[in-house]
Amino acid sequence: MTQLVWNGLFVGSFYALVALGYSMVYGIMKLLNFAHGDLYMLGAFTGFAVLGAAGGVSVTMALPLLLLVLVLTMGTTGLAGVLLERVAYRRLRGAPRLSLLITAVGASFALEYGMRAAAGADPRVYPVRLGGTSLEVLGARVTLQQLALVGVAVVLMVGLNLLVTRSREGRAMRAVALDPRAAALMGIDVDAVIARTFFLGSALAGAAGVMAGAHYGKIDFMMGFLIGLKAFTAAVIGGIGNIPGTMLGGLLLGLLESFGTFWLGGEWRDVFAFGVLILFLTVRPTGLLGERVTERV
Amino acid sequence: MAALEIDGLDVHYGGVHALRGLALTVGEGEAVALLGNNGAGKTTTLSAVSGLVRPTGGRIVYDGRDITGAKPSAIVRLGLVHVPEGRRVFSTLSVHDNLLLGGYAVRDQAEVRRRIDRVYALLPRLAERREQQGGTLSGGEQQMLAIGRALVTGPRLLLLDEPSMGLAPLVVAAVMDVIREINAEGTAVLLVEQNARAALKIAHRGYVIENGTCVLTGTAADLRDDARVAEAYLGGV
Ligand SMILES: Nc1ncnc2c1ncn2[C@@H]1O[C@H](COP(=O)(O)OP(=O)(O)OP(=O)(O)O)[C@@H](O)[C@H]1O
Ligand SMILES: [Mg+2]
Repeated sequence: MTQLVWNGLFVGSFYALVALGYSMVYGIMKLLNFAHGDLYMLGAFTGFAVLGAAGGVSVTMALPLLLLVLVLTMGTTGLAGVLLERVAYRRLRGAPRLSLLITAVGASFALEYGMRAAAGADPRVYPVRLGGTSLEVLGARVTLQQLALVGVAVVLMVGLNLLVTRSREGRAMRAVALDPRAAALMGIDVDAVIARTFFLGSALAGAAGVMAGAHYGKIDFMMGFLIGLKAFTAAVIGGIGNIPGTMLGGLLLGLLESFGTFWLGGEWRDVFAFGVLILFLTVRPTGLLGERVTERV
Repeated sequence: MAALEIDGLDVHYGGVHALRGLALTVGEGEAVALLGNNGAGKTTTLSAVSGLVRPTGGRIVYDGRDITGAKPSAIVRLGLVHVPEGRRVFSTLSVHDNLLLGGYAVRDQAEVRRRIDRVYALLPRLAERREQQGGTLSGGEQQMLAIGRALVTGPRLLLLDEPSMGLAPLVVAAVMDVIREINAEGTAVLLVEQNARAALKIAHRGYVIENGTCVLTGTAADLRDDARVAEAYLGGV
């Protein structure tokens, strides 16, 4: 039982990290960025390349090295996200939603098959695996590496939430999300705020990519596809555009999969995500914590 | 010297020619009314000045500087601030956060606090509601918040788009009093209004625009007495 909870929370924290970028970008420009999962994939490959360049890794150094790789990767995917926005989305900001959506799907393919061309179609084996010492916590087997990864995810999420709710920049992000023209009239540079949002969201996805690589041990160019859809589901469960809601949605989706596969078998895993997605989109599209938008007079 | 000088301004929205060679000026510390029917181009004029829409021709000079086509965020920093039609307060942010956003471009945080305190003193209803969400305020309170938020940016020329819209007569009078007070403290005002009577009470001068050009201009007293204005905008006095 506790094992199922822990497994769910562990996977859910990945989902939450990826979902946050989805949700922030949706919140600020009402764009479903289908290429977001591919930035997670790009993060996994960037981490792979950096680790490869660092040469052999001793097991004792694995964790500090992984943190360094994490930071470098977050910077890289963050900039990739900014570039994506600049090249693909900025000109379409006033365009019909469908044009944006099609562009996003196109960007997703470009990233996937671009990576396939660059790194090949075969899965790569991650050059670092964290040591597997395990502890017993309330009857659940928990490895130190899982604890470390969840710890990093929690730090990133708490940091993001503080940034958005407490800082001047975060206030500007919320203002742009609510009304970009009114925000511009307050002296906020809307383009810059949107670029920063892409940076943050993409950096978090990149971090999740490295963590997934180090945890599962294998990466390939399509790995972002499914997690992108699941992150979208997590965002919808919690309330897309809402940051605490999205974190909650990620954790809930992780738990649901963990318990669902335990009762019904592993082949059902992905059915849950999409079943819940359809359920929420029809019954409660604003999600659990979706903002009730107050009418403007 | 004039604070704002608009000359030969043209704006197109696709095929719609919304402004046609519009010209007007606002002097330092002056209050100027901009009157006209629905669709005359009043909002478009303010939006062109504040950088929300890009003119297709003409010049906008503020403080001796050509600002035609500049970014809104840059224009605000020059002290030229637009309070848009329909208030546009940030609905799910608190009153206080809305005001803090007015100080976004101001580096000196102590100065932002001073300005917000001054807004609370000028508009005490906002002070009582500082933690309330902007979208849950009444229409009049939202208008006050929109004006207060603009004051925190530190304007020297305030562009106001129909601040009286949808408000009860008593509230209109209160909003107009606030605008008069702001103007009396030295901030120039360009006031767009359908409510010509209220606007001409606080303005020094006025313009009437039709189909994107000025058709009439004069002192507020002249316009009040003008038969055409009286008929079209004052409901025939
Ligand atoms: N975004 C837009 N796209 C197309 N046409 C527009 C747009 N905004 C304004 N227009 C047109 O430009 C003209 C001027 O509009 P504007 O909003 O400036 O009028 P206004 O004087 O502010 O009217 P009101 O008193 O109703 O607010 C109108 O014919 C309007 O239909
Ligand atoms: Mg208008």
